Amino acid sequence: MARSTKTRSIATGFAGLAAAIAGIGSAAAESTLTVATVNNGDMIVMQKLSGEFEKLHPDIKLRWVVLEENVLRQRVTTDIATKAGQFDVLTIGNYEVPIWAKQGWLEPMDNLPASYGADDILGTVREGLSSGGKLYALPFYGESAMTYYRKDLFDKAGLKMPAEPTYDEIKGFAAKLTDKANGVYGMCLRGKPGWGENMAFVTSLVDTFGGQWFDKGWKTEIDTPAWHKAVTYYNDILKESGPPGATSNGFNENLALFAGGKCGMWIDATVAAGLLFDPKQSQVSDKVAFAPIPTGDYKGGPTWLWSWNLGVPASSKQKEAAKTFTTWATSKEYLALVAKENGWVAVPPGTRRSTYESADYQKAAPFASFVLKAIESANPNGQTKESRPYTGAQFVAIPEFQGIGTQVGQTIAATLSGQQSVDQALKSAQAATDRTMKQAGYPK
Amino acid sequence: MTGSLAGRVAVTVAGWAIALLLFFPIGWMVLTSFKSETAAIVPSLAFAPTTESYAEVQSRADYLAFALNSVLISLGGTLLSLAFAVPAAYAMAFHPTTRTRGTLLWMLSTKMLPSVGVLVPIYLLFRDLGLLDTRTGLVVIYALMNLPIVVWMLFTFFKEVPNDILEAGRMDGARTGSEVWYLLLPLALPGIASTGLLSVILCWNEAFWSLNLTSSAAAPLTTFIASFSSPQGLFFAKLSAASTVAVAPILVFGWLSQRQLVRGLTFGAVK
Repeated sequence: MARSTKTRSIATGFAGLAAAIAGIGSAAAESTLTVATVNNGDMIVMQKLSGEFEKLHPDIKLRWVVLEENVLRQRVTTDIATKAGQFDVLTIGNYEVPIWAKQGWLEPMDNLPASYGADDILGTVREGLSSGGKLYALPFYGESAMTYYRKDLFDKAGLKMPAEPTYDEIKGFAAKLTDKANGVYGMCLRGKPGWGENMAFVTSLVDTFGGQWFDKGWKTEIDTPAWHKAVTYYNDILKESGPPGATSNGFNENLALFAGGKCGMWIDATVAAGLLFDPKQSQVSDKVAFAPIPTGDYKGGPTWLWSWNLGVPASSKQKEAAKTFTTWATSKEYLALVAKENGWVAVPPGTRRSTYESADYQKAAPFASFVLKAIESANPNGQTKESRPYTGAQFVAIPEFQGIGTQVGQTIAATLSGQQSVDQALKSAQAATDRTMKQAGYPK
Repeated sequence: MTGSLAGRVAVTVAGWAIALLLFFPIGWMVLTSFKSETAAIVPSLAFAPTTESYAEVQSRADYLAFALNSVLISLGGTLLSLAFAVPAAYAMAFHPTTRTRGTLLWMLSTKMLPSVGVLVPIYLLFRDLGLLDTRTGLVVIYALMNLPIVVWMLFTFFKEVPNDILEAGRMDGARTGSEVWYLLLPLALPGIASTGLLSVILCWNEAFWSLNLTSSAAAPLTTFIASFSSPQGLFFAKLSAASTVAVAPILVFGWLSQRQLVRGLTFGAVK
């Protein structure tokens, strides 16, 4: 007995110490909401202004989990699928909302107060967040896509951007603007593989070239003339007039390139307008101009619509308080608060009609009318040239699309880097997608 | 003489070159942290230094709360793994059986499974045990994660201690406890110290489990860094500033203890 006393006391000492260290302060307060959000500018502003919410609701305290988009998506999906209930308010995209709503993972946003003005939310955005006629998340900001270009470079080259450019015209401009010796490239586009990166642009390009992902009976439609034409165009313009190493450029890298004066044109999300227009973040703030997203042969396509939204998981233990916060952060009062604190240009765009009707906003954000038009003309629930069984503008709103989109995105990126020809790439993308869809039981 | 002088110069130059090469990413990070966001996207040495990123980082997140979590979790995890590893390594070093070698290799084999492979089971266990977002949870995970390496290192250090000394102790009537406490631990202290240091550094830098198992209350500095990377907008300068303040404590710690670290890591290397 006595033999092991010392060993045991040492061991107990160690374990006790470890437990004591670990235990300090791990008890949590009860009326505290954990808000999971992405690290985008507008969310950071929300975090900073949330003190106002705590003042209005002294019984609710907020804790923030700020993560990069992909990490957040993984983190939040693990939590919600295992019903662990770590989060009370989630920041999710309009891709997830209808899928998660169908799974019963989100609380419906009904019984909103009349003063909230749910009718003020832009129609296309609201539709994207509804399932079975019920709203499942409230939009924090929304975006479509448009063309950014450098006025000074266009003037120097004697070019004029048409009011509604076509992809053919854009290609000609890009070649004329390119000055590789001085590190200026006519066209910057997303090349980084990912369903939310290069495939967002490629999907919108395919749509306007008359193609689609799946036909009415869920048969894969990738190895088709429309895709061929779109991907060849994408390759040609980036190889002739794009920056080197385009396959590593996503939204942010292109933003850095354009803001640093390296791009003549850039087609991407409308949210970049506010950033490019801000002299603190952009060296070309006084030279940037805007045009609608170009079109190809088919003019009525679904184009591009994304929104970041706040939702309440069904596993939250404080649903009422969580809804109170969600309503506050997406309200007209919140937008007014941002305008008062940070100026109208900083107001989260793309959610409410009243924002765009405000004269102050129109004055502070000269891109406002382009953004509104782009969002309103996006048609995520509409049809491509041929009719389709799915919804989503620059994505396909089915759970399998994250995997499919990223895999096809890698194949498309391989054509840019010269590892595969467009023919080979589309054939292998067709085969892989077809296999996944058959396994998931889609084609009828 | 001149030949050896040239040789010494060559060795010095090569040494500095390698040191600078290894230090370059950290040096660049520190430089970037003093740039403005628009200057940070241009790879240039000419810029107007500013501390705006540090101010921004400080205003957005409570650095001290994250740092405190990092310190407590790293120390806790290290102490817990040492508490299990010392007896285990003692038994295997001084009372080996035919299966000792196999056991050691088997322990190491647990490091060959990618962490993400067990994420869901661990997550469910943590959910049911109420360990999500607690320091206790991370201390346990870190201790388990480092245990194979800690056992292996301690085993190698203990092998250096002559069994005769322990035997002499036993002859004088020392029981296992006193034998470990009064003889083995003092003799192997440099080794235990460097094992502990390495374990603290590994815990400090671990990002997978801390990102997945914590949200706010127990989040360490790795989560703090991750919150400054953004898919929309420029963030290089802010991310660099966050990383600089996050690695600073462990850099200083490594600097102060470098003699023990190097001694421990090369201890027994030449036999």
